[in-house]
Amino acid sequence: MLGDLLTYEFLRNALAASVLASVLCGVVGTFVVVKRLVFISGGISHAAFGGLGICLFFGIDPRLGAAAVAVGSALVLSRVEESRSGSRDATIGLLWAVGMAVGVVFLARAPGYAPNLMSYLFGNVLAVSPADVGLTFALATSVLLLLAAFSKELVAVAFDEPFAQVQGVRVGAFRTLLLVMVALSVVFLIQLVGIILVIALLTIPPLAALRLARSFPGVILTSMAVGLVMTVGGLALSYAWDVPSGATMVLLGAVLLLATVAWKRWRGRR
Amino acid sequence: MSAPGSSTSSAAAGEPLLVAEHVTAGYGRDVVLADVSLTVRRGDFLAVLGPNGGGKTTLLKVLLGLLEPWSGRVEHRHSQRGGALGYVPQHATFERSFPARVRDVVLMGRLGRRGLLRRYTRDDRAAAAAALEEVGLTGLSAEPVEELSGGQLQRTLIARALAGDPEILLLDEPLASVDPEMRGRLVRLLGELNRRIPLVVVTHDLTPFGATVRQIACVNRRLHYHPEGKLTREALEEVYGCPVELVSHGVPHRVLAAHP
Repeated sequence: MLGDLLTYEFLRNALAASVLASVLCGVVGTFVVVKRLVFISGGISHAAFGGLGICLFFGIDPRLGAAAVAVGSALVLSRVEESRSGSRDATIGLLWAVGMAVGVVFLARAPGYAPNLMSYLFGNVLAVSPADVGLTFALATSVLLLLAAFSKELVAVAFDEPFAQVQGVRVGAFRTLLLVMVALSVVFLIQLVGIILVIALLTIPPLAALRLARSFPGVILTSMAVGLVMTVGGLALSYAWDVPSGATMVLLGAVLLLATVAWKRWRGRR
Repeated sequence: MSAPGSSTSSAAAGEPLLVAEHVTAGYGRDVVLADVSLTVRRGDFLAVLGPNGGGKTTLLKVLLGLLEPWSGRVEHRHSQRGGALGYVPQHATFERSFPARVRDVVLMGRLGRRGLLRRYTRDDRAAAAAALEEVGLTGLSAEPVEELSGGQLQRTLIARALAGDPEILLLDEPLASVDPEMRGRLVRLLGELNRRIPLVVVTHDLTPFGATVRQIACVNRRLHYHPEGKLTREALEEVYGCPVELVSHGVPHRVLAAHP
């Protein structure tokens, strides 16, 4: 594969996107898992599909529509959370289903070249363009800068919202920031693994890392490492066996997670 | 009706730090607190007693500014700097598996003292270490919170509030999920803290606190305040004046049994 890597630009792009995705997932995914935002992330990614379909129908860059809808959903869900009306689950479910339905209908009616539905559902890292890599790089950098700037507030809000609020932290604003970071990450990760598997990329590395590291920064760094093995290893395996890349990444991640669980058990027994 | 031999009678005349006036609050359409007034003064050790669902936690949330009352007002007369209002939540409310060491959690108590975009300083770390020392957890400072016992976690949360150098400390059920031996230790710790910090303790059971409590507020939608929490006959008679649910809850009887 190394020789091919030098020869083919699409492989280099895929590799760069995988590395950036691991960084993004390590940071954002850790918050998603510890703050229990998995279902919200699922809702956002499926809602984004609606925006994507509409944009393809009108011949606009689908990423724009996906990003707009994802960020919009994040803002709505943050408001719902704040009102404590107990309708959060239902709102997420609604966004999830309606977003998906809108996407399917508009995609079916999209003019000219009919985009492959499967590539949006399951992603194709080999189709990533240099522009995609650039955008993911910009996003990963912004996420890291935000984390560096607001780490103590973000960690405190993730750990114990009421306490952070009593300390004078604007909890609502940081919760919204977290959800917007999740939303934008989801849109970029869809390129790699698709709408359905994006959750795997956000949850598997932190779940494994939680069993390996003890501090918050430790979990983030370990998540990045696990994500790296998962995406780059998945890419190599999918290339070698000629199977879809997104699904291979997820399955490799699942194997890694199982291995950490087993290792932890075995260690605990000794 | 001051208790004989009480050294705390001067504290009752302490300066008010937290004043709730005619507060009505609730969730959705349910009124949980109706026209409640309460003043917490310097030197107080106030126990907020009452049955489950009677509004103890709601009162605490209103006092902490976490819940906006429907009517009435809450005045914070302590200083407005971050950390001045200390809060020790019931530890069942957050994720036990959160990846943080004891010292990381205690450092969060300095959050309000550092503005946005500022890192924790050496002073913050020193304050966190001193708070851990005060609750007797220095040896566990590098331990993940996941591995702590109920009592150790409770003391970690007390240390977190202390790290912010609070002028008043509010604790929600601090003895819940703590074994009986640790209860005595925690009560002694609270008694010591009370020498310099006024305390408000929400509890469904007064027994373990015994004579450390100075004022009692019984909350069951309405609030009955007993300024001399010393367990005199008069005070007990006033406790009996509480709503019927509280009496049937058995708290006054247990109090009486513990201190005849």
